[in-house]
Amino acid sequence: MEQVQARSHVQHPPIGTYVKVWVLLFVLSALSYFVDYFEVQETLKQFLVTVFGLMKAGLIVTFFMHLRFERLGLVYAILLPPLLLLTLLGILSAEADYTLWVRQLFFSP
Amino acid sequence: MAQREGSMNKAPLPAFSGWRGAVADWAGEGQAFRVSWGKVMMWIFLVSDTFIFGTFLISYMSARLSTTAPWPNTSEVFALNVGGASVPLLLIAIMTFVLITSSGTMAVAVNYAYRKNRVITAVLMGITALFGLSFVGLQATEWTKLILNEGVRPWGNPLGASQFGTSFFMITGFHGMHVTIGVLYLSIVAWRVFQGRYERSGNYQIVEIAGLYWHFVDLVWIFIFAFFYLW
Repeated sequence: MEQVQARSHVQHPPIGTYVKVWVLLFVLSALSYFVDYFEVQETLKQFLVTVFGLMKAGLIVTFFMHLRFERLGLVYAILLPPLLLLTLLGILSAEADYTLWVRQLFFSP
Repeated sequence: MAQREGSMNKAPLPAFSGWRGAVADWAGEGQAFRVSWGKVMMWIFLVSDTFIFGTFLISYMSARLSTTAPWPNTSEVFALNVGGASVPLLLIAIMTFVLITSSGTMAVAVNYAYRKNRVITAVLMGITALFGLSFVGLQATEWTKLILNEGVRPWGNPLGASQFGTSFFMITGFHGMHVTIGVLYLSIVAWRVFQGRYERSGNYQIVEIAGLYWHFVDLVWIFIFAFFYLW
């Protein structure tokens, strides 16, 4: 147990790192906001918002949630399972397309 | 493998790093993660919570893709009037800023906890909880405006597709509940830090574990911000 304790806080980045990450998060949020504010074209807007969102998520998970300093075994146990959600995403977007088609066929005025 | 069979005694496995470490950690007959149990438990909870929020967002996607009625324009719905001019999504931008800043103060609190600085850790956690409280307050304002002024209900609204209200109240409501619980959790841990409970046990890891929960709440907000408000 002592060994575990000792190893789990071997590395802690200096406070300056957190400030830099905070500034980056702020800049990326502002960028996503301005993408909406200046009414960028639909597809480009969705692409940019997704990219900025994923970058922010990466920064939080890497630095704020300390995954950069955890053992690789734990990192993969955390990051791989949520990828299963992509299956649900694929199935439900196909299903939603079908539902929309049926609704347009039978319920649209 | 021969190496492992040779080490069947009680001596701990050598701690490899990188890919060899990943394989050794996942191999049988061993302690799975060389991390304290509290942290692993919190991570397991957060992974399961990821599935809950992931499923919510995907069901929202499905509802939005399959409706024939037009989806309300979120930039207009969540606009605020500042000096007569309508600024789109202003309240949401402020809420995002508040939550990101609270995540920053929490990360610094964790850093001070490992330096065993009792007072600064407690104060920073208190500031984080106050930011969280103001986030919940702003969200209450947003809900009030939407329910009373715009007439949005979970079963319908005058702005367009009725699924808008359903998705909005379910997703932001569940997230707001997480923030509220987080504020309570942080306040309790901050109070205990201040009283010196972890000074006596010499183990400040609870601050890092509470921090993981708080950063997760921020993480979920990023996806709600991107996919519900901006999409």
